[in-house]
Amino acid sequence: MILELLKGMATTFKHIFRKPVTVSYPEERLPLAPRYRGLHMFVVNDDGMERCVGCELCAIACPADAIYIEPAENTEQERHSRGERYARLYKIHMLRCIFCGYCEEACPEEAIVMGKQYELASYNRGDFVYGKERLMTPLKAALKQRPDLHPDW
Amino acid sequence: MTQLTVVDKEPTRVEEEEFERGLLLSTVESLVNWARKSSIWPVSFGLACCAIEMMATGASRFDLARFGAEVFRGSPRQADLMIVAGRLSRKMAPVLRRIYDQMPDPKWVIAMGACASCGGIFNTYTIVQGVDEVVPVDVYVPGCPPRPEQLIHGIMLLQEKITKEHPSKQGLFHFPWRSKA
Repeated sequence: MILELLKGMATTFKHIFRKPVTVSYPEERLPLAPRYRGLHMFVVNDDGMERCVGCELCAIACPADAIYIEPAENTEQERHSRGERYARLYKIHMLRCIFCGYCEEACPEEAIVMGKQYELASYNRGDFVYGKERLMTPLKAALKQRPDLHPDW
Repeated sequence: MTQLTVVDKEPTRVEEEEFERGLLLSTVESLVNWARKSSIWPVSFGLACCAIEMMATGASRFDLARFGAEVFRGSPRQADLMIVAGRLSRKMAPVLRRIYDQMPDPKWVIAMGACASCGGIFNTYTIVQGVDEVVPVDVYVPGCPPRPEQLIHGIMLLQEKITKEHPSKQGLFHFPWRSKA
């Protein structure tokens, strides 16, 4: 019986010297999967042009109807994108969004891409409607999160 | 010698409360808040797939015990926090409300995931479009489902919120000179 007890205790004591499996989150973070889909980025090129041409394909592809776009025409005086149109309003409801990445897949201009940021919790439901200003990311910052993007689209 | 003006006015209720909170209870309040925020026991209210991530959060890798919140209680009487994990159907809504009512004060609610927060992908008549229709929600955690890190982030936000609360306003302390009121 003593032998069995010792055997059991040996298993217990072995665990003391094992490396702990816990990742203490706010201090250390797990490496994300290479294709992890986090917060969206509305890519702005180096010359200040938005990539989005206001085609609304992402809004159509969105299964949760979380994207709202209001396109407007580019004029000679006011040019926001290289296409004919640009997104005057671009809003994503982050609570509705299920981070499926269909918007990125539908986008012909690589203008809306999923980043790696995931800490999005908040106290207010109103905080979750992300406008264009909050989503806009310069290309350089976007490339840091997503090295697979095309820098010269 | 200057004449001091005598203000023979009874202090109002608000002034009294301010005095008690500022002078008598500031440290006690912070102590109570510290105790509350370091032992948020959640009631296990998993409704759908988000519950799997909630369990993962409680498990050893993410270890919710680091925040004192690992004790998922089966009984709402022993719980402080309700993590609504998953979509809430209209038929389930009264049950959720009843369980919330059975929880003793102080209590908090985290809406975990897109469905609990606003209905998410299920924009239909059978799903409650956000549990804030039924219970007051303190923290919304988006994601479908959220990573365990996201839920922990939400719990940390809730802890921040708890530290800013005033337990004396919630009738936690009894003052003998107040008994007449």
